Amino acid sequence: MFKTPLNSVHKEMGARMVEFGGWEMPVQYSNLIDEHIATRENAGIFDISHMGEIFIEGPAAGRFLQYLTTNDIKKLSPGRCMYSCFCNNTGGIIDDLFIYMFNDEKYMIVVNAGTIEKDISHINKNIHDYNVKITNKSNDISKLDLQGPKSKEIIKKGTEIDPSTISRFGFVETRIYGHGAIISRTGYTGEDGFEIYISSNKVKEVWKKLLDDGKEYDILPVGLGARDTLRVEAGYSLYGHELNDEISPIEAGIGFVVKNKEEDFIGKEILLKQKKEGTSRKHICFEMMSRQIPREKYVIHDQDDNRIGFVTSGTFSPTFKKGIGMGYIESDIKTGSIININVRNNLAEARVVSRPFYRYKGGN
Amino acid sequence: MENPKELKYSKDHEWVKVEDDIVTVGITDHAQNQLTDIVFIELPEVGKAVEQDGNLGVVESVKSVSDVLCPVSGEVTEINSELETAPEKVNNSPYDEGWMVKIKLSNPSELDTLITAEEYEKQVSGE
Repeated sequence: MFKTPLNSVHKEMGARMVEFGGWEMPVQYSNLIDEHIATRENAGIFDISHMGEIFIEGPAAGRFLQYLTTNDIKKLSPGRCMYSCFCNNTGGIIDDLFIYMFNDEKYMIVVNAGTIEKDISHINKNIHDYNVKITNKSNDISKLDLQGPKSKEIIKKGTEIDPSTISRFGFVETRIYGHGAIISRTGYTGEDGFEIYISSNKVKEVWKKLLDDGKEYDILPVGLGARDTLRVEAGYSLYGHELNDEISPIEAGIGFVVKNKEEDFIGKEILLKQKKEGTSRKHICFEMMSRQIPREKYVIHDQDDNRIGFVTSGTFSPTFKKGIGMGYIESDIKTGSIININVRNNLAEARVVSRPFYRYKGGN
Repeated sequence: MENPKELKYSKDHEWVKVEDDIVTVGITDHAQNQLTDIVFIELPEVGKAVEQDGNLGVVESVKSVSDVLCPVSGEVTEINSELETAPEKVNNSPYDEGWMVKIKLSNPSELDTLITAEEYEKQVSGE
């Protein structure tokens, strides 16, 4: 199993460790609900060093990413980042990713941990005669997410810059506690916050200092358990759950990452057709009407007991104190309608709601 | 937390309190600690016939679903309906307020297959 540089630190802190995408990661330190609430109300810090950072550099870097990904690279400017997807020729999602633009000839993409090898092979297979250099820096770079309404006050203590000057989806190359870092105003929780990219041999120090400086703001270290409940509440997809090689961004309800670009891109034909005509399979968010908790793979029925789909993520929501979930249905059911979730062979009523469950409140 | 000496235990982390032919069943402190935040509990209906090692109920934490197995056979005579709205009682008080069901024994000799607090602790420390 792979380990992040913070592995021993997590264990010393008493974290419960689990396997995730080939990595041994902390699932919780103290208590999942406390960690979740801390992130919503104060601040949480997450070790996300398992994720992949790949640099794409050279004169054709922008054109190559325009071909390789579905969102429009032309909408980026230096110091900005955007969400996008790698798709295959049938529109299925190879991975979802963030693209950071440094300049016309230098980009960083941030990909899921379990898909790094698949992504690199997809990149290399499609490089053709694009004049680009690909460097996988996933081992050299570690990543900490600092999330929650107090994150700005906490990060201020270790940085030379005023974090208020980083706008949402903006990033800067700066220093944190004296060490070079890339800091973006992004996250996966639905809260204001920052993602910090730092050299792997400095990450222990930065982790400890952020925890120390965050103490007065009641920061907690947060494991993958609460990371998942936070992202479900925020309506974010997770690769391997909402997203996979057979589901398109349009079906997944993230059609905003597919742009009608002049240039060719992989999956263009089918994706633009789906975007125009719609798809029979649709992503939904739902909340339970009883105390039952939906879980991945549970079957979704309509009110006439017809099987119409399945759950891709389901959990108890610590914020709303009820079961919430996401899934796919093949049906025209609209927001507000009642569906049934098959919970251990009993149908439990749920209501289709709009995405997200928890709305980003912003920060400045 | 101490596992009460007067209770019997199953290898599957349930405890049993015997009072004549009625037993009270719950899950152990070790089990609730492993499950963490319990947010939903499904119990059988009163009157249901249950069998040793069969399904007794379901305990869900935020992230997981676990079966509660039945340590003895018999008929369910009472359930702790407070757990429906306050499942956290199993976390906070596994041996008292967090009791789950009462069962009228149909085969009292099954009690001999259960283990003592000391044996249970030995098992848990070896896991």
